[in-house]
Amino acid sequence: MAQNFDEAAQRELSKFLEAEQAKARLQQSIHTFCDLAFDKCVTKIGNKLDRSEEACLANTVDRFLDTSLFIVRRLEETKGSM
Amino acid sequence: MSDFGNYGGGSMEAKKQQVMDQVRSELALANAQELINKINEKCFAKCVPKPGPKLSGGEQDCLSKCMDRYMEAWNIVSRTYINRVQRESQNMGGAGGL
Repeated sequence: MAQNFDEAAQRELSKFLEAEQAKARLQQSIHTFCDLAFDKCVTKIGNKLDRSEEACLANTVDRFLDTSLFIVRRLEETKGSM
Repeated sequence: MSDFGNYGGGSMEAKKQQVMDQVRSELALANAQELINKINEKCFAKCVPKPGPKLSGGEQDCLSKCMDRYMEAWNIVSRTYINRVQRESQNMGGAGGL
């Protein structure tokens, strides 16, 4: 396949693939977060998500990411004292 | 093969488009499959706590609602995460990010 493309086309394709891979990683993260947040926030199945469930879903994502940043920062701090 | 040059840019362009379209549709399919698997897992757990000889009417109602709620939740999570990624990458001056 690759030998059918000239250099410019190959460059364009590899750029395209990189972008698609980034998109796939993003979507995968969203699946993971949604899995986590749905369990935490949606306890009863109603006709629509209510305000507090919506807020809980958004907060879960943001606090999960805060936690991830916090852990990295904390590890960097303690690395100095080891 | 000998008249390769006669194909010109058009054929290669078409082939490139074909590759890109294929990658796009495979990614979309994989994403949809992942979503369906998650919905299956979550909604089965929520709506069919005691599996009987068949899915009852009530269980089916619950499953329909649960599917809609999961997709709503997915959209909220997606929006929140994308906003966050954009905010973080602005703070870091566009470098790296999550």
